[in-house]
Amino acid sequence: MSWETVIGLEVHAQLSTNTKLFSSASTKFGSEPNTQVDLVDLGLPGVLPVVNKDAFKKAIRFGLAIDANINQESSFDRKNYFYPDLPKGYQITQMTKPIVEGGSIDIDVDGDKKTINITRAHLEEDAGKSIHDAYPDKSVIDLNRAGTPLLEIVSEPEISSAKEAVAYMKALHQLVTFLDVCDGDMSQGSLRCDANVSIRKVGDSELGTRTEIKNINSFRFIEKAINFEIKRQIKLLESGEKVTQETRLYDSGKDETRPMRSKEFANDYRYFPDPDLLPVVISDDEMEEIRSTFPELPADKSKRYVSEFQIDESEAEIISSSRELSNFFEAAVESKNDPKLAANLIVGEISSLLNKDNIKIDESKLSSDNFNILLQRISDGTISKKIAKTILAEIWETGRNADEIINDQGLVQIRDENLLEEVITKVIESNIKQVEDYKNGKDKLFGFFVGQVMKETQGKANPQAVNDLLKKALNS
Amino acid sequence: MSIRFKTLSELKKLLEKKEISSFELVSETFRNISSSKTNSFITLDEEAALSKAKDFDQGKVNGDLAGIPIAQKDLFCTKNLRTTCGSKILENFIPPYDATVVKNLSNAGSICVGKTNMDEFAMGSSNETSFYGTVRNPWSLDRVPGGSSGGSAAAVSEGLVCAATGTDTGGSIRQPAALCGITGIKPTYGRASRWGMIAFASSLDQAGTFARNAEDCALLLNHICSHDTKDTTSISDMQENYLVNLNNDLNGKTIGIIKEFDISSLNKEVQDSFEQSKKIFENLGANFVEISMPNIKLSVPTYYVVAPAECSSNLSRFDGVKYGYRAKNVENLEELYIKSRSEGFGDEVKRRILIGTYVLSAGFYDAYYKKAQQSRRMIKNDFVDAFSEVDIIMSPSSPSSAFKIGSKTEDPIEMYLEDLFTISSNLAGVPAMSIPHGFAKGLPIGLQLIGNYLEESKILNFAHQYQKNSDWHLKTPNLGESP
Repeated sequence: MSWETVIGLEVHAQLSTNTKLFSSASTKFGSEPNTQVDLVDLGLPGVLPVVNKDAFKKAIRFGLAIDANINQESSFDRKNYFYPDLPKGYQITQMTKPIVEGGSIDIDVDGDKKTINITRAHLEEDAGKSIHDAYPDKSVIDLNRAGTPLLEIVSEPEISSAKEAVAYMKALHQLVTFLDVCDGDMSQGSLRCDANVSIRKVGDSELGTRTEIKNINSFRFIEKAINFEIKRQIKLLESGEKVTQETRLYDSGKDETRPMRSKEFANDYRYFPDPDLLPVVISDDEMEEIRSTFPELPADKSKRYVSEFQIDESEAEIISSSRELSNFFEAAVESKNDPKLAANLIVGEISSLLNKDNIKIDESKLSSDNFNILLQRISDGTISKKIAKTILAEIWETGRNADEIINDQGLVQIRDENLLEEVITKVIESNIKQVEDYKNGKDKLFGFFVGQVMKETQGKANPQAVNDLLKKALNS
Repeated sequence: MSIRFKTLSELKKLLEKKEISSFELVSETFRNISSSKTNSFITLDEEAALSKAKDFDQGKVNGDLAGIPIAQKDLFCTKNLRTTCGSKILENFIPPYDATVVKNLSNAGSICVGKTNMDEFAMGSSNETSFYGTVRNPWSLDRVPGGSSGGSAAAVSEGLVCAATGTDTGGSIRQPAALCGITGIKPTYGRASRWGMIAFASSLDQAGTFARNAEDCALLLNHICSHDTKDTTSISDMQENYLVNLNNDLNGKTIGIIKEFDISSLNKEVQDSFEQSKKIFENLGANFVEISMPNIKLSVPTYYVVAPAECSSNLSRFDGVKYGYRAKNVENLEELYIKSRSEGFGDEVKRRILIGTYVLSAGFYDAYYKKAQQSRRMIKNDFVDAFSEVDIIMSPSSPSSAFKIGSKTEDPIEMYLEDLFTISSNLAGVPAMSIPHGFAKGLPIGLQLIGNYLEESKILNFAHQYQKNSDWHLKTPNLGESP
C-alpha cells in the first residue's frame, strides 16, 4: 500500500518591534524575569490595551511580500482560557478579520520548485513563561514574553513531505529576516512552528485524521518530528488501527512525538470580538508609506548584483540570501570598493569564518569600516590578497584596525625594485642547479623561484613585480 | 457652619471667600461619615485627605475643584489606596496607579475622602451584592439605595459629600440617583476614559457622576471627561465646556416620549410625577411628541447576553495567581482556580460569569451573542431615528421608588427589570441622566433625560432649566428616620 502525506504548518514569527503588541514594555530577549512588564502585561484590573502600529506595519510588509490581500480594516478577538502565564485569562488575537489573507511562498526541494499557498497571517500576543524546574516545590512565572507581538502564518495543507516542510520553513525564515519582520532566531523561539500532519492512501480525495505537533523550534527537528509522525501514522493504519486527532509534542532527546495531556487542550476558547479594541484601520497613506519603504528581496538583489557589479552569479546568490551579508556587501560597495574583490572575500574567507563560529556577520568583530580599510589596502597595493587573509584572521580574533595590524606586523607589500632584486640575486645564487635546469628548458621551475622569493619576503613581495624582475634576472 | 447638603458650587464659593477652610470641610466630612448609618464607604483615606486640605489652605493647590472633598466609587483604581470593587476577591488589592478619571479630578484640585460601596463588580441594582455589606438608603434605612453605584448615591444624598463618581453599565448611576433623590449623569460612551476603571462589561461601562444638581454635574463632567490615548475607545472630539449651554432657551425644543415604555402600567404617583414634569417643560416652551422605538423592548434580554459575555471574560484575570484573594490549602493549579474564584466571588457575579460563559460557548454563540449584537444594532438605530425628530427623550428613571432590603434578592429577573428604562442608552452608547422629580410612597423618584451622541450639554441644559423651575432637587432626607 502506498501512502501520501498532507502537511499544513502554523508558524509563529515573533515580530521584531521594540515594544509589545499592546503595551510600551520592551520586547528584548533574555532580561531578568518579570522586568519587562508594565501594568497592561500584568493584566492588572482596569488596564486597557493600545495597539502597536509598528506590529501592523511589519505584518503588512510580510503580506505584501507574499502577494496576499491586506485587510486595511482588521479586528481583534479574545481567546479565553485559564493558564497562569496568561495574565488576563484570555489571549488577544485576530480570529474573524486577520490583517493578511491569501498569498503564497515558493519553495525549492533539491531543485524541484513548488508553490505553497498561505491561508492567512494574523497578529496575536504571546503568553508568558511558566517555569516548573527552578524550585523543587513550586512553579514560577516570567511575564517578560507576555504581550510580545506574534504573526501566526498559516499555510494551506499543501506540503507533502518533511523535506518540503523544512524548505518552506527555510523560505519563510529568509523572507521574514529580510523583511526585518522577525529576527529569525529559532533557538530563542523567535520563529517556531506547529505541524499538522495526516496521511491518506494515494488517490484518496478526503484528508486523513491529523495530529498537531506543537512548538518545533529547529529545521532539523521539523524534519525529524514529521518523519517520525508519518511513520507512526502509517504503522497505525497498516495494522488496522486509527489515528487519534490530538496534539503531540516532539521530544528531540528520544526522537519521538507523544501526546500532550489532552485535558490542556479540551478547551472551548469562546472567541468573541475584544470590546476594548476598536477595529484597526490602516489608511491608504499608511499603506503607501509601507510600500515605499519595502525592502529589496533576495532574488531581486541577486539579479541586481550581477548586472550592476558584474560579480559571479553564484556569489551574488550567496550574498543576497542573507540580509546581514548583503548589507555588509552593500556597505563595502557604497564606500567605492571593488565589488568583485569584496564579493570574493565575503563568499570565501569571511563565509568560512562565519560558518566556523556559527555566527552572523554583525555578531563578528569585523566591522564594515574595518573591512573597507582592508579592501582599500588590497586595491592600492599596500598588501596582497594573501596577506589580507592573515589580517582577516587577526581581526576575527581581536577586532583590531586593519591598518594597525599592517603597520605593527610589517605586512606592507614590497614593491621596491632594488630590495626585490637583492632578494632575487640571493635566491639565484643559492639555487645554482635549479637555475641551470631552468635555463635548459625546465620552465616549470619558475614557480619554484617565485615561491622562494615569497618565502624570503614572508609573502610580502608584490607578485607582479616579482614575476617581472625574476624573468629579467633568469633570462639575462 | 453645617456643610451638609451644600452643593459643590456653594462650597466652592465658601472656600473662595475663606468663610470655611478646606481642613474644616474635610474634617467635618469625616465626622459626618463616622456617624452615618448608610454604610456608604468601603475604605476611607482620612490622613491623605486632611493633608491635601492643608495644602489647599496654604495656597499650594489650584483648580476648578480645589479643596472640595469628593468620593470615588470603589471601582476606580486609586494609587496606593485599596480598591475592592465591592468584592472579596480584591479585599487586599492596592493599585499601583490612578484611573484617568481619578487623576483628572485630583488634577482639578478635589480631595478624595474615600472609596464608596457598590454592588460586587458593579453587578446589581440594589447594592446588596457588595461583600462589604448592603448600603442603606438615607431616605429610609430599611430600603436599598439602588445600584450598582449605591454607596456614591447614598453618600451624596445623605450630604456626606457634595459629589461622588459612579459608573453606569446598565443604569448604575441613574437608578441609584433616582432612588436616593439626587442628580446623576452618564455621558456618551467613550467621553470618559475607562483606563483604571475595573471592567464589568467593556462595551457598556461608562464613568459619570452624582451631585446635588445639574449645574454641579456639568462642572464635574468638565473634568471627568477627557480624551485618553490609553483607552482606544475614548472619543477624540474636542473637549466641551458643559457649563456654557445650561441656560439655553428651551422654547420650541422637542421632547420625545417613548411609546413602548408603558407608563400607564406604573404606580399612580410615578405617573403623576411624570405628568407634572411634562408640564414644567411645557411651561418652558418645549413640545412633546410620542416616538416609537420598536426594538427597545429587546433591551433587557440583549443586555443580559452582552454584559455577562463580556464580564465572563473580563473577570478571568481574577484567578488567585497574581493579585487578589488566593484560596489556602490547594493541591494543584485547577484547585487554586476553582477555590479562589468560588470563595472570592459572590453569587450574582458567579451567575453572570456562568451566563456569559454559556452564551459564548461553541454551539450557542450564534443563537445568543451574535443575535444580541444584532439586536443591539437595531436598538442603536432606533435611537438614531428618534433623535432625527427630537432634542431629547424623557422617561422615568426606574419603575418605582426604593424597595425594601431583601425584597428582590431571591428573584434575579425582578431585580434585572429595575433597569428597564436605563439599559437601552448603554446599549446605544448615548448620554443620559436622572434628576429628582417627585416622590412615590414617600420616597424619591427620578426623571430620566436621554440625549443624542455627545449631547450631554443639551440634557444638562434641560435638567438645569427644570431645576430652576422646581425644588425636588432641594429636598433632603430626614436622617435616621423612616418616613
